[in-house]
Amino acid sequence: MESQNSIVIDGGKYSFNAGETVLQVAQRNGIDIPTLCYMKNASPTGACRMCVVEVEGARTLLASCVTPATPGMIVRTDTPQVMKSRRLNLELLLSSGHHNCLVQDLDMDTWTDFQLRSMSADGHKDLCPVYGDCRLQELAIKYQIRGIRFEPAEPGHKIENVNPFIVRDLSRCILCGRCVQACNEVQVNNAISYGYRGARSKIVARGDRPLKESDCVFCGECVQACPVGALVPVRDIEENDPSKGETRLIRTTCSYCGVGCQMYLHVRKGKIVKVTGVEEVGPNYGSLCVKGRFGYNFVNSPKRLTAPLIKEKGNFREASWDEALDLIAQNLNKIKKESGPDSLGFLLSARITNEENYLAQKFARAVIGTNNVDHCARL
Amino acid sequence: MTNPIGDIEKAEVILVTGSNTTENHPVLSSYVKRAVTQKGAKLIVADPRRIPLVDFAHIWLRQNLGTDVAWINGMMHIIIKEGLYDEAYVDSRTVGLDDVKKVVEKYTPDYVERITGIPAQDLAAAARMYAKAGAGSLLYCMGITQHICGTDNVKSLANLAMLCGNVGIEGGGVNPLRGQNNVQGACDMGGLPNVYTGYQKTSDSAVRKRMAEAWGVSSLPDSNGLTVMEMMDAAHAGKLKGLYIIGENPLISDPDLKHVRSSIQHLDFLVVQDIFLTETAEMAHVVLPSASFAEKDGTFTNTERKVQRVRKALEPPGQARDDWKIIADLSGRLGYQMKYQNAQEIMNEIARVTPSYCGINYKRLEHEGIFWPCTGTDHPGTPCLHMDKFTCGLGVFHGIEWVPPAELPDENFPLYMTTGRVLYQYHTGTMTMKSEGLNRMAPESFVELSPGDAGKYGLSDGEIVKVTSRRGTIRARAKISRKASDGTVFIPFHYAEGAANELTNTAVDPVSKIPEYKVCAVRLEKLQGGI
Ligand code: SF4
Ligand code: SF4
Ligand code: SF4
Repeated sequence: MESQNSIVIDGGKYSFNAGETVLQVAQRNGIDIPTLCYMKNASPTGACRMCVVEVEGARTLLASCVTPATPGMIVRTDTPQVMKSRRLNLELLLSSGHHNCLVQDLDMDTWTDFQLRSMSADGHKDLCPVYGDCRLQELAIKYQIRGIRFEPAEPGHKIENVNPFIVRDLSRCILCGRCVQACNEVQVNNAISYGYRGARSKIVARGDRPLKESDCVFCGECVQACPVGALVPVRDIEENDPSKGETRLIRTTCSYCGVGCQMYLHVRKGKIVKVTGVEEVGPNYGSLCVKGRFGYNFVNSPKRLTAPLIKEKGNFREASWDEALDLIAQNLNKIKKESGPDSLGFLLSARITNEENYLAQKFARAVIGTNNVDHCARL
Repeated sequence: MTNPIGDIEKAEVILVTGSNTTENHPVLSSYVKRAVTQKGAKLIVADPRRIPLVDFAHIWLRQNLGTDVAWINGMMHIIIKEGLYDEAYVDSRTVGLDDVKKVVEKYTPDYVERITGIPAQDLAAAARMYAKAGAGSLLYCMGITQHICGTDNVKSLANLAMLCGNVGIEGGGVNPLRGQNNVQGACDMGGLPNVYTGYQKTSDSAVRKRMAEAWGVSSLPDSNGLTVMEMMDAAHAGKLKGLYIIGENPLISDPDLKHVRSSIQHLDFLVVQDIFLTETAEMAHVVLPSASFAEKDGTFTNTERKVQRVRKALEPPGQARDDWKIIADLSGRLGYQMKYQNAQEIMNEIARVTPSYCGINYKRLEHEGIFWPCTGTDHPGTPCLHMDKFTCGLGVFHGIEWVPPAELPDENFPLYMTTGRVLYQYHTGTMTMKSEGLNRMAPESFVELSPGDAGKYGLSDGEIVKVTSRRGTIRARAKISRKASDGTVFIPFHYAEGAANELTNTAVDPVSKIPEYKVCAVRLEKLQGGI
């Protein structure tokens, strides 16, 4: 039969593979179903209920991320009932935490009061640091959440900023569980989990201690996974000033270990302000470690060398490129002439690019005439 | 690596040895941890330290330092004796098993236990676990190579993998993890004394002729070049007069720093090209400022042989320049013009002269990297090596005897010392120590020792101790840890203060010329009245 392995979504017929969920079939075919907690590389939980759809014959709306596609299933992703459910869901999420962005479309008086109150709370005086880069905010705008029916909550948790990498503000946490999955299922660092029950539910490191005193290794997988402003890189908070100009993303390869993780450098006004993993390709599919994700400040270090240096009487002085290179050429020539090319050696580097290594060994072999070429990689 | 990183999750058993994977290759270690926790793979860790990965292991073999050949032979002894090896594979794809059989005969579990300290029944269990599983992936790092018998260690692992039919299959392989981002590329590009790009031998006159033609010179040198360590010795002896160092800091990374320092002092002329004024650069006659990875275009080749793009995001500070532009400019001043518009043109030349990179160009690398060998622009690249047969025909077994490390503990130096890295630092710290957060997490050197040894020497956690070897003395803070075993201390090598390599031994592997960083003998002394 034709309907054997196909389902109908919003009137269109789509085939599916065994084990695929409704959400996966929809995503594969470019049908937009909003998600908050869904993570590609982890088992779906159905926690946020944003991805609900109507399935013919089902008594309630179903979370599409945990609903397997079955032959002949008829799915609707945009009925008034689905929209209503998503809106209500968003309103509840927005009011559940300290989401002090403009999306809380309150009337003027209530808004001012709310802002004043929230700013007086310890450490919460600024606008949410991920403003403009928040999945919850994005969905709230898309679903036109206004005239909120629930009073927004005040900051319920203290900000944790005692480690040098990650700021945790659980007062903005929507308990989607993505960070827990990122930590336990993707990186398998097993540092955080759900703690407490019911209304006191909270994401905790073992013993509800700060990350710094836990098994956390600061890979930042949870930060990249968090859809809201609950987990934010420290740098982002320091640098988050929109007046500093536009952010560009440049894709490159990590310069630390040999895994070669693919990453985006987020550059604003000539400075790297953040690094994130590239999710579509290997070897890392979005993951990074603490060095790759947070170890980029050296690029902008004031200690960088900025001019050629020539040593004179035991001290360095700055020189022009012409002067420095002429001096080197002169000395290489002299040594080569007096003692032969094999009295010169070249140490290349595991730190520079293939192109640079290639040229350097070509220089040693073809121009100087020696095979004294090595690098320190075996060390 | 013979196999891609993604293959780790396809393995039924994973044997990790001489690699503190979670700290040195964190993202790759996640593949191992996922294989174990989500895919049902078995994990065997063989490491003298209780590294974090041990928490995920089904069997942990804690060998004495420098006894790897012995336990690997011991595993093969059991596998052969119990008939657990892959006979069909051995018959059709390899030669020389008899050689191995003869040698491993005497490596009975009891004999191996006496050498390695690994309980006989643990070794047998590991041997069975590795041999009985389907695809077995073998991962190793510097803990295997940085020994005087490093080449033998690697060959032994290859023996073990071939014996069980694990080379040239999905999910298997013998997989060295490269420590630095572009070690693989530096080797691929001919950054070695005896080969041009793609491991084409400088001793082969046909290759030399072809390269000379490609480079437009009349001839190329046929003499054997020197390795780093040999260059240091030659400098010390006054034979090597000038040294040009790009992006390396041998003054922290080389063994026996005293020797390196005095070798460098003997040079008539030293040029260092780097992004910071490193300890080595301080000693140079001329220092040239280069661009960091974020400031240039190019490629790195990762540990799985995947060539990936590096892209320029920023302008280099001040007058700093791309390393290739510096070389090209200098070359012109020596009468040889190197005219390239950009890094891409250099890659095109690399592809022209290198069979294994021949199909690689920037256009193809745009979305995702390519695994070499890639022998044509329509070749998809090669994630797994040796798939149908070994690149060089049949796989050859080598019977290998265990030899003890060059330096053993004695009365004056009663403890073993080994070296390595920590998560928050990288290599000689040139970059990590200038990245605030990382440095805050791991600001200084330390001596990791077992609670037992701490008791024996009356040391408390955080106390400064003096560590002495035949080559030098350092002071560092004691860190009492269950990672360490009795009789063996660990010191990270990143730091200039409390530098592990003031102590390490320069004895090298005769083939690879890699020094024995992983084993030397030291003594500990409690300091009376502070530093
Ligand atoms: S930073 Fe990494 S280890 Fe720490 S909690 Fe987040 S995911 Fe887990
Ligand atoms: S911290 Fe972020 S990722 Fe974790 S549960 Fe809360 S909202 Fe979700
Ligand atoms: S992010 Fe970490 S694991 Fe990935 S390449 Fe960089 S240093 Fe290696």
